[in-house]
Amino acid sequence: MLLFWPLVIPFFTAVLVLLAYRSLALQRAISLIGALALLGSALRLLLHVLSNGPVAAQAGGWPAPFGITFVADLFSAILVTLTGIIAVCVIVFARAEVTPAEERHGYHALVHGLLTGVVGAFLTGDLFNLYVWFEVMLISSFGLLVIGGGRLQLDGAVKYAGLNLIGTVAFISGVGLLYGATGALNMADLHGRLLGREMEVPIMASAAFLIFAFASKAALFPLFFWLPASYHTPNVATSALFAALLTKVGVYALLRVFTLVYDIDGTPIQTLLLWLAVLSMIAGGLGALTQPSIRRVLGFGVITSVGSMILGLAIGTPLAILGGVFYMLQDIVAKATLFLGAGGARRIAGSETFAEAGGIWRASPWFSGLFLLGALSFSGIPPFSGFWAKFTLIRATLDTGDHLLTAIVLATGFLTLFAMARVWGAMFWSSHPRGDAACSGRPPLAMVAPVILLTGLLLLVGLRPEPVLDAAAAIAASLIDPAAYVAAVGLELP
Amino acid sequence: MEVALALIAGLLVAAGSYLMMSGKLLPYLFGLTMISNAANLLIFAGGRLTYAEPPLVAVGDKTVVGAANALPQALILTAIVIGFGLLVFSLCLAYRAYFVLGTVRMDDMRDAEPMTAPRTEDTGEART
Repeated sequence: MLLFWPLVIPFFTAVLVLLAYRSLALQRAISLIGALALLGSALRLLLHVLSNGPVAAQAGGWPAPFGITFVADLFSAILVTLTGIIAVCVIVFARAEVTPAEERHGYHALVHGLLTGVVGAFLTGDLFNLYVWFEVMLISSFGLLVIGGGRLQLDGAVKYAGLNLIGTVAFISGVGLLYGATGALNMADLHGRLLGREMEVPIMASAAFLIFAFASKAALFPLFFWLPASYHTPNVATSALFAALLTKVGVYALLRVFTLVYDIDGTPIQTLLLWLAVLSMIAGGLGALTQPSIRRVLGFGVITSVGSMILGLAIGTPLAILGGVFYMLQDIVAKATLFLGAGGARRIAGSETFAEAGGIWRASPWFSGLFLLGALSFSGIPPFSGFWAKFTLIRATLDTGDHLLTAIVLATGFLTLFAMARVWGAMFWSSHPRGDAACSGRPPLAMVAPVILLTGLLLLVGLRPEPVLDAAAAIAASLIDPAAYVAAVGLELP
Repeated sequence: MEVALALIAGLLVAAGSYLMMSGKLLPYLFGLTMISNAANLLIFAGGRLTYAEPPLVAVGDKTVVGAANALPQALILTAIVIGFGLLVFSLCLAYRAYFVLGTVRMDDMRDAEPMTAPRTEDTGEART
């Protein structure tokens, strides 16, 4: 039951919020309590997994591989905990950002629907069930994206929906082919059945479909166009929630499926992933340089980060996967910090477009300093968490002896720093085009408090990275050798 | 039977792709629906196709022999239901987008990412 609480809580919160549609105050209270309860249940699960190892639960008591299995290993448990932290921060931030009209149209219910999908995707051990959670997440994100229904939002939503629906079809086709070839959907079961069969045509075809599906959710290189077209259109709280969690679910699916289900070592899949990762890093890094507003810069920043995470998977050594996992864990917090910080900056300057904003440094040096910490962490400057992520990745590329990859990681870091410096120069340091008096003093507490909390987490991980690095090392080891995962599900390796 | 299904699925994908490349929102969605039906046929064929073979366990046997696998059919049902939900949302979105943005051509939807006017010093020569 421990395993089901993080799933049940956001689902019932969504239902309760809908029932309380008459009272906004009640909706907000239920929503915040629901997010806190999600965080609490996730922490309980994490503590349990830390002391007892991976746990699994079989829905309806059907033993694996016949029923739907839910599994929480260290990777899933940490991700669910981070989801809880982001949920609390976003809902607090929403108090100052989301308009009452948007709340009346179901903002809180959609947020908790999205959280249900995200947590479900992290916890499920079944490939078809993963598809279902992806859809729960997708339909909630559609709703969140168009809530309010402005011109920009509808335009962004058309691109977002159009491209993500193709990914959905690819996902179900891949699952269908894989089931036809193996007769299994349970990921731990598939691990045993696929051993030594990687190069068979139906298996390869299903892998191609699944890479297309996950890469389009994760916004990897040729499939990322929906992200910069849509992430800057809804309110900032929604942008931050999407940037922190949605692409990470795609990355999680790639990391899980292409270690547990498919053994990609030495197959064409590995080469493909390497190319996708490298091109995403370059495209994101260069794209960020040309964007005219803060959230559009950060949107391309998401693509760079996703590329870096997948680079770890594609290199495939334990250190590289460690780097990719560590990058992913800290990036969930980092992206939420930056997007929420951008929301605060927009509130102070009255606009998020570089041509119409400025003077934030003089209006609120404190808040500017906070944003700077997040931006420096994202650029990989020590002593922040982003530095350790880049450091382990660079170390991993040096170990493989492929110095071109090292150069690309370093160049991407430089491009990111340059893009962040551009944001800093245009929004914070330059004076406001309508005079510095146009800036309104300080953002409300509900906006500042989540940013302080998340920046504090980034600093803490940056100064004391050992526990998180150790956890990432344990996760990398369990991804490379999933024996404990398979045993927790109740299956035996052949 | 498999051959017939494969041909139909191929036809659906071809027609769907053609519609999706029209650049207009509504044909795009119709094409997408066709392709998701092709995906459903793919799963259907993956679970064995048998004619008039009830899934009954014969006396003395432990499992069903020879009948079609029922699980892919359950998967298709789930996929159809989810597909309906997504299609309904997408149709509403297309309607609203047409209403608000005044166009169904996706190339003309440039509100979220406006094309900035080219700078004169860059393109002065290229234009003449």
